[in-house]
Amino acid sequence: MRIELLYWEGCPSYPEAKELLEEVLRERGIEAPIEMREVRTQEEAVALRFPGSPTIRIDGRDVDPIGAESTPALTCRIYRSSDGRVSPIPTRTQLEEALAR
Amino acid sequence: MSVIERTAPVFDLPGVDGRNHTLEEYADAPVLVLIQSCNHCPYVLAWEDRINDLAREYAERGVKFVAINSNDAEAYPQDSFEAMVDHAREAGYVFDYLYDESQEVARALGSERTPECFVYDADRRLVYHGAVDDNRDEREVTRHYLRDAIEAALAGEAPPVAETPPVGCSVKYRS
Repeated sequence: MRIELLYWEGCPSYPEAKELLEEVLRERGIEAPIEMREVRTQEEAVALRFPGSPTIRIDGRDVDPIGAESTPALTCRIYRSSDGRVSPIPTRTQLEEALAR
Repeated sequence: MSVIERTAPVFDLPGVDGRNHTLEEYADAPVLVLIQSCNHCPYVLAWEDRINDLAREYAERGVKFVAINSNDAEAYPQDSFEAMVDHAREAGYVFDYLYDESQEVARALGSERTPECFVYDADRRLVYHGAVDDNRDEREVTRHYLRDAIEAALAGEAPPVAETPPVGCSVKYRS
């Protein structure tokens, strides 16, 4: 399993996202490493189809496929939980579902 | 870290209501709350309902809330003035939302994040600077920094906490 976490330093949410991802991986007994990749420029954002920080991909698939379609940009990414709440990181459920796919 | 000014900066900025607003305009308010903000940041989106609720609640006691967006709209078109007008309407803002296109006010404030709160007493001395509360998830909040600061300022007292680290997106300054 390949697990990537793409981030932009201008957004402070990626350490929290990494922490949650590590927790979910631990709970599920998954030992695959998290590949951290910093996105530094708009050109890199476009080339990597990076819709904002943090972006987490499991085997190349975004944990939030709808949000993945947003315009590539050096920005903080917006995630929404099932009850409509806005969050700067994916929900635990989004991560669990992505790992189960 | 930026140097935070201890007095409210003078400003004259266009608002989403179609007119300009100045610091002097709020002179009668016993407490003035300036909030560095923007449209696109998920931290702002997570906190804006709480800010709106506080603005509504304290309006009857004369407290004024003013949100200011200083982000570079060329690099972040979602933070343009036109987008501010739409966002304020959609989010039902009950407070003034001003556009600091030159970024002079943000620089004068020393802002680094959105949202970032600055609470001024009746003499427009800074009495609180930092976050709205201690958790972006409303269900997990245990410390109400902004509310406590407003209550203290209204009572003519020092707030229990005068400074907290603002949590949010970086202010998008032009380089």
